[in-house]
Amino acid sequence: MSIEIDLTSAKITKPHEYAVRFLFGGLVTATTGLIARKYGPSIAGLFLAFPAIFPATATLIAKHEKERKRKAGYNDTRRGRAVASVDAAGTSLGALALGIFALIIWRLLPGHSALGILTLAAISWMAFSILLWQLRRRL
Amino acid sequence: MLDLLLRFLIGGAVVSFFAVLGDIFRPKSFAGLFGAAPSIALATLSLTIHSHGRDYAAIEARSMVLGAIAFFVYANAVSYVLMRYRPRTPLATIGLMPIWFGVALGLWTIFLR
Repeated sequence: MSIEIDLTSAKITKPHEYAVRFLFGGLVTATTGLIARKYGPSIAGLFLAFPAIFPATATLIAKHEKERKRKAGYNDTRRGRAVASVDAAGTSLGALALGIFALIIWRLLPGHSALGILTLAAISWMAFSILLWQLRRRL
Repeated sequence: MLDLLLRFLIGGAVVSFFAVLGDIFRPKSFAGLFGAAPSIALATLSLTIHSHGRDYAAIEARSMVLGAIAFFVYANAVSYVLMRYRPRTPLATIGLMPIWFGVALGLWTIFLR
């Protein structure tokens, strides 16, 4: 299966569902700052990889899939949970690439341009994510 | 206070951006990659570098490696439980969150304390 862009999925997401994810993202980012002040950067750094919006996203995916099935005349919740499970499997690969992102920043940030290293790390995250996804499909 | 407000706004915006990407891509296994996008890290590290410098941010990134391993274990656990036992999705994603805390803090205690 090839990678596609499906804008209808974004259209069925309601404004309050976007607001919830904005709120979670904002709260975790602000809380990480507070943790750094109280406990230092070593503990706060863990929370840079906190699954902040993953529960909300997975729940929305299951809900949207259930609604799609209901509109098609089926009343089946299992399909929604199966799709959420597939999404979570993809997220686990993204998490491995997140480790590469962090490794690059940890090793290269001191002594190099901050903008350059953040850009390199972000591109590496995307590249490793896609590579891992492709490898998993072939296995 | 201004710093926290700035963190909240930038964090919310970056996380929302990656969430929209996760919404529009197909197949879902690919879209799921964006569930672990470095959204909070990009927002936080940019502000941290500005306020505390690059060495301080590098210390945070070192711990983030362990947080990412914990995220990997947690996301796999959620995927397995949803497929195997079919509980309600919020029950699985929130109920299994202690796995992230346990693995992250366990690894931190072993390697960085």
